Amino acid sequence: MTDTLAEHAAPDLKVGTPLVEMEGVGKSYGAIRALEGIDLRVNAGEVACVLGDNGAGKSTLIKIISGLHPHTEGTVKVDGKPVHFSSPRESLDHGIATVYQDLAVVGLMEVWRNFFLGSEIRKGKYPMAPLDIAAMREIADTELQKMGIVVKDINQPIGTLSGGQRQCVAIARAVYFGARVLILDEPTAALGVKQSGVVLKYTAAARDAGLGVVFITHNPHHAYLVGDHFIILKLGRRVLDKKRSEVSLEELTTEMAGGQELAELSHELKR
Amino acid sequence: MSSSVATKPAAPPPAAPPPGRAQRSLFSRVLGRPEVGALAAAIVIFAFFYAVAPPFRTLPALATVLYASSTIGIVAVGVALLMIGGEFDLSAGVAVTTSALAAGMITFQFSLNMWVGVVVSLLIALTIGFVNGWLVMRTGIPSFLITLSTFFILQGVNLGVTKLVTGTVATPNTSALDGFASAKAVFASDIPLGFMTVKVTVLWWLLFVAVGTWLLLRTRTGNWVTASGGNQASARAVGVPVPKVKIGLFMGVAFLAWFLGMHLLFNFSTVQAGLGIGNEFIYIIASVVGGALLTGGYGSAVGSALGAFIFGMTTQGIVYAGWDPNWFRTFLGVMLLLAVMVNLYIKNYAAQRR
Repeated sequence: MTDTLAEHAAPDLKVGTPLVEMEGVGKSYGAIRALEGIDLRVNAGEVACVLGDNGAGKSTLIKIISGLHPHTEGTVKVDGKPVHFSSPRESLDHGIATVYQDLAVVGLMEVWRNFFLGSEIRKGKYPMAPLDIAAMREIADTELQKMGIVVKDINQPIGTLSGGQRQCVAIARAVYFGARVLILDEPTAALGVKQSGVVLKYTAAARDAGLGVVFITHNPHHAYLVGDHFIILKLGRRVLDKKRSEVSLEELTTEMAGGQELAELSHELKR
Repeated sequence: MSSSVATKPAAPPPAAPPPGRAQRSLFSRVLGRPEVGALAAAIVIFAFFYAVAPPFRTLPALATVLYASSTIGIVAVGVALLMIGGEFDLSAGVAVTTSALAAGMITFQFSLNMWVGVVVSLLIALTIGFVNGWLVMRTGIPSFLITLSTFFILQGVNLGVTKLVTGTVATPNTSALDGFASAKAVFASDIPLGFMTVKVTVLWWLLFVAVGTWLLLRTRTGNWVTASGGNQASARAVGVPVPKVKIGLFMGVAFLAWFLGMHLLFNFSTVQAGLGIGNEFIYIIASVVGGALLTGGYGSAVGSALGAFIFGMTTQGIVYAGWDPNWFRTFLGVMLLLAVMVNLYIKNYAAQRR
């Protein structure tokens, strides 16, 4: 599984090279500041975990990196060059692929169509050129099998797969198409324990293949299993930013659960 | 990674991957096709009228049925693709009339060659489609509301402008104009097939269905259409240019509406300004009966043709059987209800985990 991921990952990735750097990044929607003063570095071969409660600004952060909404403050650099994405296509062209929790795939489309969506193989360059369906089926089939994702039939609608499998297909697709930075939006949120395990193993495999991974979650346990760097957001601001060596799972859990506020609450509710 | 908590990266999959994938059963694959419900219904309805209405059994009757089907089916192909793309067009019915009126009046008023009117009205139709699509994508207002507005706007324009230009509510007779004969040959001639004579629209209809099917299943554009309707955000995230796709679909519907408008103009030489109101729903019914989901992402061009064929058989079949044609709409409503229920069942079946 790792071998095939490594095979496809871009060969020039060196562990520790910064791929995406954000400095003082912020985003306002009209008068509302959804995010401010965010510094984030995504290095090759490392997992940066972004944790936060609902409304903490995680989604906004993803939208900036993946090109859905451009940022309004600060600078975003990819490979040391400042960028300002205005569409997901631009972000993809820089090797940044996003796998969304609930929007990873189009449920009623076949597995192979989903695998190649947006990067279809065609038999010519002219408009209306036919798709090379046989090749796409073949490639999707072998890639998924190599990565240990067992689907009954490559032609079945992807909605018939389990949630974990769908996430894995989406990750496998991103890696196959040369992603260097992988953004995983709450990949384990809707999954059971076993399914989460499958996705976490994939995350680790992508990291070991040299990709930079941004892992967004509200589950500190899952984050601590794969993370190298942890950032906790609260109401659009950073409240914790530590390397793995500087932080314990306990600290993360407490901070996520509310930290100081929780202590006050516990004092208040003391019986 | 220094910590012992890290997952083992090289864990091999527990069992060797299966050498080949199991094919789903034929039954399950056939049921997975969107048009299967419409095909069954078309066969049943055909058999029914064949049994109860003796005049229905003749070839000329079949030609009439096919002609009636084609006048719905041509636009329904575009509407089906648009619905698969996740949008509605309620202005398609009146846009047909707008195109026909524009071509007729422009040519007559300026004494031009008929083909000039044909081209100008094409541009007008494509503009209507573009504006529909652009407004939907730009404002994010549901296409139902945008095209409902277009529907009323065009309805008023059709009557108002016609009255203003001609003083009546119909275009003048254009059959004496230059180029009428050649345009009629393209849009409204009779084609002898040896054993029967059909209107040329039937052939055009089959061509459009073939092109629509090819587009949907065999091209990148088709993939993008299905994805835009099935999960717009997801499609956008993997780089599908959703706005372009959807605007293109609206323009496709407009193109087909224009085509039907040209047929009406050259078939009858004159066009009533109030024509076409209500037809938008029949296009939608044909698409839905043919398996298109109202929520988008699923459907077929062939299905829309079957839906249109059911429509054609019923309109003519009721007449051939000698029944009161007033019941026709009731029948249409029942068909729609049944189709929606069958589609719901099929969608659930397709989305089931197996």
